[in-house]
Amino acid sequence: MKIVVCLKQVPDSETRVKLDPTGKSLDSAGVSLVVNPYDEYAIEEALKLKEAAGAGEVIILTLGASGAATAIRNALAMGADRGILLKADTANADARAISEALSSTIKELSPDLVLCGKQAIDDDGAQVGPRIAELLGWPCVTVVTKLEISPGKVRAEREIEGGIEVCECALPAVITAQKGLNEPRYASLKGIMAAKKKEILEQDVTLSAPGLVTSSMSLPAGRSAGRMVGSGKEAVPELVRILREEARVI
Amino acid sequence: MGSFAGTDFYDLDSLLTEEEIMVRDSVRQFVDDRLLPVIEQHYEDATFPMELIPAMADLGIYGATLPTEYGCAGLGSVAYGLAMQELERGDSGIRSFASVQGALVMYPIFAYGSEEQRRKYLPRMAKGEFIGCFGLTEPDFGSNPGGMITRAVETKDGYLINGAKMWITNGNLADVAIVWAKTEGDRIQGFVVEKGTKGYSAREQKRKFSLRASVTSELIFEDCLIPKENILPEAKGLKAALGCLSQARYGIAWGAIGSAMACYCTALEYSKTRIQFDRPIGGFQLLQAELADMVTEITKAQLLCLQLGRLKERDQATFPRVSMAKRNNVAMALEVARRSRDILGANGITSEYPVMRHMCNLESVKTYEGTHNIHTLIIGEAVTGISAYR
Ligand SMILES: Cc1cc2nc3c(=O)[nH]c(=O)nc-3n(C[C@H](O)[C@H](O)[C@H](O)COP(=O)(O)OP(=O)(O)OC[C@H]3O[C@@H](n4cnc5c(N)ncnc54)[C@H](O)[C@@H]3O)c2cc1C
Repeated sequence: MKIVVCLKQVPDSETRVKLDPTGKSLDSAGVSLVVNPYDEYAIEEALKLKEAAGAGEVIILTLGASGAATAIRNALAMGADRGILLKADTANADARAISEALSSTIKELSPDLVLCGKQAIDDDGAQVGPRIAELLGWPCVTVVTKLEISPGKVRAEREIEGGIEVCECALPAVITAQKGLNEPRYASLKGIMAAKKKEILEQDVTLSAPGLVTSSMSLPAGRSAGRMVGSGKEAVPELVRILREEARVI
Repeated sequence: MGSFAGTDFYDLDSLLTEEEIMVRDSVRQFVDDRLLPVIEQHYEDATFPMELIPAMADLGIYGATLPTEYGCAGLGSVAYGLAMQELERGDSGIRSFASVQGALVMYPIFAYGSEEQRRKYLPRMAKGEFIGCFGLTEPDFGSNPGGMITRAVETKDGYLINGAKMWITNGNLADVAIVWAKTEGDRIQGFVVEKGTKGYSAREQKRKFSLRASVTSELIFEDCLIPKENILPEAKGLKAALGCLSQARYGIAWGAIGSAMACYCTALEYSKTRIQFDRPIGGFQLLQAELADMVTEITKAQLLCLQLGRLKERDQATFPRVSMAKRNNVAMALEVARRSRDILGANGITSEYPVMRHMCNLESVKTYEGTHNIHTLIIGEAVTGISAYR
């Protein structure tokens, strides 16, 4: 089984982001970059499927700046077989342009399965997985928490409001991973050393002009300082009064 | 990824390779996810987190610098050091476990053992199926191990060992002990003693205030007969034992940075949020002086280790060079822990914060693997050519 995992490098969720002077994108200075957490579930699932099958190939596909090779290396250290980095300037790219570039490479690879994270935690677009499926004309199951593959067929459980939906579709298909799908492994020290010798193919690509432009970004308003109402039982009436009259939340 | 950001005032990451950073981050994540949530309880209960033994094996911690043909990771020295740093950021006891397993047991089997011994022990030890301990110290011989009284007498069936070892990390957990004893002509020699050998027993030393999440034991040998093939053929003389210690001390020098970072980062965060006299205590000059001292000392310690690691990769990490880093960094970490404890005020003495645990642990780290004083004398000897202790 040949599996392609689409991986995006994103700012660490622990970093406090700042806007750059244009106010249209994030200031990348001092931001540490990591593998998109939802993509980690996708990688883990691909590795598990390959291990269960006892054969196959897991290919990591990333579109981004040359530094994104580090994220691919992380996936290779977890156990993926090889990586492809589509180098492009993504400053003004929209989800359509990115999905086009990714899907044309996927087409050449002709895998049995494509796994993505359900969304990237930086722009929260959640578009790339479904768009790739659309461009390839393949079925797509999103927000998947359980995956079973039988010859030519996928059975996937997905989270819906208040419950679980079970879907079936044919292979090849695109699956987007949700937290809970699995527990991603740590890159082992042996895996990290082995990853050094694995191939990352770098290819320059030009993205099509965006149909969507970001006109501005803003940070959420800072929170004002808290206020101690008092302590113990005696403070309760005053707290209730403030919540009712000042904050108007009860 | 890592919720711990580390301390890197001098952009030392730019001196690391991509895989060194990956190794550090992977161990860092492991410590955040698996060790930190359980360590305080184990520390209080004075138990070792046994559940982490296989998890650390999966990560590839044990004997990480040894070759892949024995099931090890084949890491470089700096990457290994960073892994020890992260483990000790969690707890010195866990780093001690890994140091003993890797540097004090797997390393001597690799360096002084026969090929047969390597094949027998190393892959299983890398997998954490076999746990090791290292018995050098005796009740009456600590800083002066050359005076040891444990004896191994050659007989027609093997070696008959009599004596006792004390303060032995992992003692009760160990399936295999590297034991140092005197043979004919008072020559010191290393042996492999397996758990279950008649005449060999271990007794846990309790009531420790330090390294509580680490097992420390007394090893007792009463007419303990081991087969001839359990001699480590190349482990001849005290020099061989000290060769192992040099490996472990190297890891300790890095580990101490981890403890110091954990304490400093806790104190820094605390000083920014704790309000007294209507402002964060970190806004007072006296507190800033503490923080400035701490981050400077940590940065110096990092540079010391990084260069020591590069020297080690070129096989130039001589004994006194390793002593300098162990001595400086452990004393530094202990000082940082004490100052951080102070910054946390009353909160600093509770297990809500990791600081006092690190502080107590570091008291042992200062003593074991050559006390601070002994390293002073080693450096003194290196620069003057005159030994003050031998
Ligand atoms: C938690 C823990 C775990 C340990 N694990 C192990 C282990 O796994 N294996 C093992 O073999 N050992 C282990 N040790 C033992 C450790 O290595 C010894 O405690 C250490 O070598 C010091 O020996 P000592 O305690 O007998 O102190 P001593 O040697 O009695 O020293 C007491 C004091 O005198 C000072 N001193 C001694 N000689 C001199 C001198 N010439 N000049 C100046 N000062 C001097 C020392 O610096 C120290 O301050 C462990 C110890 C602890 C606490």
